[in-house]
Amino acid sequence: MSAVCFYFQVHQPRRIKRYRFFDIGNDHEYFNDASEQDTNNARITRKVADKCYLPANEVMLENLRKHPEFKVAYSISGIALEQFEEYTPEVIESFKRLVDTGRVEILSETYHHSLTFLHSPEEFKRQVQLHADKVRELFGVRPYVFRNTELIYRNDIAELVADMGYLGMLAEGAEHLLGWRKPTFVYHAKNDPTFRLLLKHYKLSDDIAFRFSNRDWEEWPLTAPKFAQWVNAHNGDGHIINLFMDYETFGEHQWEDTGIFHFMRALPGEVLKQSDNFFVTPSEALSKYDPVGEVDAPDYVSWADVERDLSAWRSNAIQHDALRALAELEPEVRKSRDETLLRDWRRLSTSDHFYYMCTKWFQDGDVHAYFNPYESPYEAYIAYMNVLNDLRLRVRGGTKATRKRGVWESITHKTKGVLQAINS
Amino acid sequence: MYGWEFPPSNSGGLGVACYGLTRALVDSGTEVRFVLPRKFPVAQTGATMVFADESSPLDREQARKFSSGYLSEEQHAFLRGKYPELQYGPSLFDEVLRYAALSPLIALQYDADVIHMHDWLSYPAGMAAKEATGTPLVAHVHATEFDRTGFGSVNQAVYDVERRGMYAADKVLAVSEYTKRVIVEQYGISPDKVVVVHNGIDADDAVVGTAAEAELRRLKEAGLSIVLFVGRLTLQKGPDYFLDAARKVIQHRPDTLFVVSGSGDMAKDIIDRAAELGIGDKVLFTGFLREKDLARLYSVSDLVVMPSVSEPFGIVPLESLLNGTPVLISKQSGVAEVIRNSLKTDFWDTDDMTNKIISVLDNPALKQTLAEEGTREARTQVWKKVARRCMMVYEKLAGSLSRV
Repeated sequence: MSAVCFYFQVHQPRRIKRYRFFDIGNDHEYFNDASEQDTNNARITRKVADKCYLPANEVMLENLRKHPEFKVAYSISGIALEQFEEYTPEVIESFKRLVDTGRVEILSETYHHSLTFLHSPEEFKRQVQLHADKVRELFGVRPYVFRNTELIYRNDIAELVADMGYLGMLAEGAEHLLGWRKPTFVYHAKNDPTFRLLLKHYKLSDDIAFRFSNRDWEEWPLTAPKFAQWVNAHNGDGHIINLFMDYETFGEHQWEDTGIFHFMRALPGEVLKQSDNFFVTPSEALSKYDPVGEVDAPDYVSWADVERDLSAWRSNAIQHDALRALAELEPEVRKSRDETLLRDWRRLSTSDHFYYMCTKWFQDGDVHAYFNPYESPYEAYIAYMNVLNDLRLRVRGGTKATRKRGVWESITHKTKGVLQAINS
Repeated sequence: MYGWEFPPSNSGGLGVACYGLTRALVDSGTEVRFVLPRKFPVAQTGATMVFADESSPLDREQARKFSSGYLSEEQHAFLRGKYPELQYGPSLFDEVLRYAALSPLIALQYDADVIHMHDWLSYPAGMAAKEATGTPLVAHVHATEFDRTGFGSVNQAVYDVERRGMYAADKVLAVSEYTKRVIVEQYGISPDKVVVVHNGIDADDAVVGTAAEAELRRLKEAGLSIVLFVGRLTLQKGPDYFLDAARKVIQHRPDTLFVVSGSGDMAKDIIDRAAELGIGDKVLFTGFLREKDLARLYSVSDLVVMPSVSEPFGIVPLESLLNGTPVLISKQSGVAEVIRNSLKTDFWDTDDMTNKIISVLDNPALKQTLAEEGTREARTQVWKKVARRCMMVYEKLAGSLSRV
């Protein structure tokens, strides 16, 4: 008997345009790039909607109609939902049709797909609440299971989330979390048997998400019957197979011509051919199975890169600096009680901004490069810090003149003599 | 191998590149005989150095004639018939032709597997050597006439020699993808014939500064940031764009000092221009600096800017990074292809340049990351890697290979 739990992450950040030093104090629209570049959010949302969200939702709906046993779960960031409403409302309608089947579960997360757990538990909780409100407003459902940004997990995050009344959360089934244990069982958080965890079966998940179209892979081409066999092979080897991946796998990471949609269309039928296989949603899985053990995560674990830690967002000096600058501004933004300022600050908390600043991709190949709309991590940092400086000015009610430095005046006197000496 | 200059008697990057490549080839077990047009002091590389003006007793007689500036009438007639485009050229062309006249003799005395020639000044010599011996010929393009003139008024005679050399060669080596495009588009060479071999830098060759100039240190301690330009003051290197960006930076960030290191035909214009822009007191001209002084300047600077209009490769950013200073480089350069951990800009977009300069000066984290990651990258761009790629080209041309 194998239960299969499909979960898809849906997210589109609001990318910052190429915001220059000269724009500070003059331009407060950070996300409205209308050029042909990949920082044009309207353009990207439209593109991904056409290539992925709309056709993939069609396939899922077809599967739900054809197989009454089929179930899936999504987490859709608030920042993505907003942009769908703005640029591609038909995507919202399409997700509504899925949720209305009653077999599609929506998970909770931070509205801004942020890393605020790093510096502000209060803000983290507010963003989770904002997201829950948005989901309720659009889909009329309440999420019971939490999924943190990019599956980032640590003991203290579990405590925070448990505190908010969630049943449990999702995490990466990494070896450094599980040791010899298998991700095919339900576990519980450290010191809290009531807060349950579903762990990603990263081998089978990545077979679809990363390796599907890789012709150097010995299993290529991956077909639905073959994948169903791998699922069947787990029979008696646990309770549940958690297949967690970016929804953009369908049509965006794996293009349509790789056959990914055909694969997904055929997969439920193939899995269900084995009569004791079935599908579950995360909340069903967490209620159905008792935890078999405790997971202790003193260090951050995520589903990103080979390291599966925080290094994609926080490893070099520019990432640390940008995160620090964002966090430092929070008390002032909050004190201003200005909704527009708070909204912009929150949009700057989206994890993708820091991902774009990662310099690991120079060594690790092109996974990061593909998802980076900037020419380099440094361009991403420059635009980000300029925007943050503009926001700081707005928060402090300052004007451009306050930025002028008095430094030169104070040192001119001292240095003039030296300059003359060198020049002569 | 036919070259034109060699350290320490070099005026530019061509000699440095020839030295680095030669040394790495010798270290990798290739026998190199490096030919230069005349005798001057050269750095040791392990290669046999041959000076065309003293190549054989027979030639010594001729060399004396050359050094006094005359060719035999017979030779003159022969060469002029061969290179009509150089007929009315200045004395540099005469020297190029003298070099070509001597090269077959040298080539016949030495049984090379491949002849490798560096830039147009040695192309006639290399071509003559190939004609005499039938040995496969490689043309190495370190710069083209289009780079030297910033795609302005190209000297037709030079262009013709370059083109002729590339056509005569069995393979053309380009120092960057950028230069390969110029070779294909401007000289009509088939892309299949052109192999990109980026230049290198060896950490033990690059002079690394430790103590900064005392004066500059004092300025830094007073709170000034230093932005540095290193290069000949010619159209190609874009010093005028550097000044334009300097003016804009100073408007917003007066506590910034701009240092221009180099000399060239635009020196006077550039100094005048700084005064005109009203930033004369914040732009410092050091003139041409060598080795240790230059290294100190690199290490005391916060950022090095290379705003070249057209730069086939550009060694300055690598030197800067080996001194731990981050770089902002023109997208119209070959080095931009190998240093990804750098800031890049179009040379004409001085607003973008300004934005990036201010960002580096205002954000220590940016400076630090660019410096650390960039230096790591620069350290991998060693000449040994370049030599290995050249040897692959040689082997394809000559089968098994031992001598160049």
